[in-house]
Amino acid sequence: MATAPKEINQPAPEVLLRVENVTKIYDGTVKAVDDVSLTVNKGEIFALLGGSGCGKSTLLRMMAGFETPTKGKIFLAGQDITNLPPYQRPINMMFQSYALFPHLSVWENIAFGLKRDGMPKDQIAERVEKMLSLAQLGKFAQRKPHQLSGGQQQRVALVRSLAKRPQLLLLDEPLGALDKKLRETTQLELVNIIEEVGVTCVLVTHDQEEAMTMASRIAVMSEGYFLQVGAPDAVYEMPNSRKVADFIGNVNIFEGVIEEDEADHVTVRCPECVHYVGHGVSGHTGMAVGVALRPEKIMLSDKKPKGEYNWCEGEVIEIVYFGAHTTYHLKLDSGKVIKAQELNNTRDLSCGLTWGDRAYAHWNDLAMVVLAQ
Amino acid sequence: MSQASNNKIFSNLWMIAVYIFLYLPILTLVVYSFNDSKLISTWTHASLRWYEALIKDDDLISAVLLSLKIAGISALMSVFFGTFTAFALNRYKRFKGRTLLSSMSSMPLVMPDVIVGLSLLLMIISVQHWLGFPEKGLFTILLGHALLGTAYAAVVVTSRLREMDSKLDEAAMDLGCKPWQVFYLVTLPLLLPALVSAFLLTFTLSFDDVVLSSFLSGPGYSTMPMVIFSRARLGLNPTINAVATVTIVVVTIAVIASSFYTSHQARKRKREEAQAYSDSNK
Repeated sequence: MATAPKEINQPAPEVLLRVENVTKIYDGTVKAVDDVSLTVNKGEIFALLGGSGCGKSTLLRMMAGFETPTKGKIFLAGQDITNLPPYQRPINMMFQSYALFPHLSVWENIAFGLKRDGMPKDQIAERVEKMLSLAQLGKFAQRKPHQLSGGQQQRVALVRSLAKRPQLLLLDEPLGALDKKLRETTQLELVNIIEEVGVTCVLVTHDQEEAMTMASRIAVMSEGYFLQVGAPDAVYEMPNSRKVADFIGNVNIFEGVIEEDEADHVTVRCPECVHYVGHGVSGHTGMAVGVALRPEKIMLSDKKPKGEYNWCEGEVIEIVYFGAHTTYHLKLDSGKVIKAQELNNTRDLSCGLTWGDRAYAHWNDLAMVVLAQ
Repeated sequence: MSQASNNKIFSNLWMIAVYIFLYLPILTLVVYSFNDSKLISTWTHASLRWYEALIKDDDLISAVLLSLKIAGISALMSVFFGTFTAFALNRYKRFKGRTLLSSMSSMPLVMPDVIVGLSLLLMIISVQHWLGFPEKGLFTILLGHALLGTAYAAVVVTSRLREMDSKLDEAAMDLGCKPWQVFYLVTLPLLLPALVSAFLLTFTLSFDDVVLSSFLSGPGYSTMPMVIFSRARLGLNPTINAVATVTIVVVTIAVIASSFYTSHQARKRKREEAQAYSDSNK
């Protein structure tokens, strides 16, 4: 007897936040956010990713209530909160600069929001203790913010924004103020705490690694609108435009035209080589396209590959050693420079190529993405 | 001799010269306040005679008390108005007349006191002519001092407001504070050191002002500097030295105490920050 697939028993995801056609115009001319719509499901960690000035912070500030949309509406759990002031929204925010109150102790910082709600004293104490143990800050309760290290301040900021049990937690560049080594550990701590509480999260970041490791869905933003929304691996492996491919990670783009267009494969002729793509694409023969190929999907070799597709030849002009991997810059005969990333899986930098060597780059027929102009 | 020790000798000499230039006159005054002679320029022997005279000098004592009262009230007024001016200029979105307010509010800083005093006097006389109010006296002096003090207080508070993280206000609002709660729970406590220094500054300004007070005072309202000034014209009386010495001693103690307190706080903070850093590396 067949059992029903598991998915059927799962309830449809409950929408917590809905942003409907929101536009924000500053000074009558500058469009910071341009007709953006999105939904965030309950329990999700959603990342707004983009460079500076792409409108991600403005969008977050409209969710928090520090800015009001010029057009459009924002709903939280079905209720229209577009014009609600920040102090009436069941939404809390963790600021990039942490914004801990310097004149209050850690304990008082965490209790600050609870006191405003008029919560009874014993309940406040109980909640604050809980938050302190969540952030492993119990013994620092009486310290002032300046007596804490950066990582500790960050955890105070996080649990302060969680103390009121908001329906939605907003994180503004949560790791922006920490150094690289601390970021990795803090990132995990942060996600653990958020998952333990089970709060829905929208985070803003310019750091793709931060977005990919923390979020379950990412919206890539540019010039006030969304370029692509999707799971981290989908956005990375199946970018829907050159901008997204270029913004998330490194990418080599080959310009060419579709030569053969079949249901199970296409070939794209480029000046450098012919790409054989092992799946169908929505295009037609003769269409000008770009073939995006990530450096880590390219293999280098000093021997000429067999076959006529998916390889090209060039001269090694630059070798950049990163420790875990090495990036080779290959100058093709057409003058185009591509990057290939090789894993250093032995200690002698095994691929044996050096500056000035002729090398062959080859790749799998499922390694690339075909992008329209 | 090396260049470095030459420099050191020169800088020491320079320092001594500056100290002499600044403090010799004050020291002379203090020493002469203990002089028994009635003549201000000849030393006879040490005594507390002029301090006794000071205690009995009701005019001078009441002038000192009036000056303290005016300085206290006008400093409070200055801090109050100055804080609101600073807020309007730094925390609100751009509004019509902002640039005008910004430059007008700092005008009293650069305007000669004589002109401010004269124009205030003219205005008060004409207002009094039409309304029968205000009478020249305590109230008008307070007005003048508060006008001057507001400009100074606004400058002090502005510099503190600018270095305060405006995200703190947003964080407070985010955690459930209505705007007025943000002000008294977050902004005001953080602004307190600036308010105290603004108070001390405007207090001092008012306490030693003689120009505005002379224009705006009425019968029966002579401040200490006015009394000293008018007596100096009739020939200096050593009682003045005594009252000046008392003032200097009080001010010196206050200044030294406050600078000790600030440097102690700064050192404590530095220690705690270093402690936090080493804790986190354990």
